[in-house]
Amino acid sequence: MTSGIQAPRLAILQFPASNCDQDCVHAVRSMGARARMVWHKETSLGDVDAVIVPGGFSYGDALRCGAIARFSPVMQAVSRFAESGGLVLGICNGFQILCEAGLLPGALIRNRDLRFHCEQVFLKTANFDTPFTSGIARDGAPLRIPIAHGEGCYFADAPTLGRLEAGRQILWQYCDAGGALTEAANPNGSVHHIAGIANERFNVAGLMPHPDRAVEGLLGSEDGRAILSGMIASLESRREAAA
Amino acid sequence: MKAKLVITPKKAVLDPQGKTVASALEHLGYAGVAGVRMGKYIEIDLAPGTSAPEAERALNEAARRFLSNPVIEDYRLEIVE
Repeated sequence: MTSGIQAPRLAILQFPASNCDQDCVHAVRSMGARARMVWHKETSLGDVDAVIVPGGFSYGDALRCGAIARFSPVMQAVSRFAESGGLVLGICNGFQILCEAGLLPGALIRNRDLRFHCEQVFLKTANFDTPFTSGIARDGAPLRIPIAHGEGCYFADAPTLGRLEAGRQILWQYCDAGGALTEAANPNGSVHHIAGIANERFNVAGLMPHPDRAVEGLLGSEDGRAILSGMIASLESRREAAA
Repeated sequence: MKAKLVITPKKAVLDPQGKTVASALEHLGYAGVAGVRMGKYIEIDLAPGTSAPEAERALNEAARRFLSNPVIEDYRLEIVE
């Protein structure tokens, strides 16, 4: 890092029943970034370079996953932050919240087999040219990252899917260990095997798998680092460009 | 006065619960079931003095914005005495 430029600072949101907020703080700090926890009632994010909306079961998943969280004061601040071009990453429940908020298209519904899935999955990266995927090796094996959700089946109507494909907004797809998009490798029935997407401007992304739970060998995989450290590196280059 | 809101998954959306219930009905011997869609029912008690047209306007807005997700669900609103 260039001297004189401080490490990027990320806001990690905290809702009632968030349960991956501390995992995210730990993960980004382990990559040299700073983290600031932001409570759902706060109306401002403070001086931050990016936002992570973490996993969990915000508001007990009442009504629909993320349906209540999206109206929280902090999400109004996140919407403004995203509009001004700030990077926002939603993980698991965070992805659901960003879809409910309309910051990402589509919705996440009950898994096809009605079961909660807590397991390692493989992810194929479909677009490497985004701040969320630029740290992933282009010729590498599929990422091995855990999922833990009951409502991770991505749905969008045909016109929306067409736009996602045309705009290269599909970032990650469920695949097998060899990178093939097989039905058996799709844990929840998501259309087009979609595990994660970005908005048209590529400053907002969401995914159901947990990169925050795959940052150390001890946890079974370090592949989540490629996503998070790539995001942090892109923040560093943004800062340097602005300095 | 009450508002009754019925929310159902859109036709194009997978409804694995509905499918499971449909096949259970079949196994139980209830013939003639062509399909089941599982949704939600929300009953809202309205405060005394609320006018029906005003409640209908406000709750249609709430249904579109919050109570249903138009990406995946349809809803039907009814105001009853």
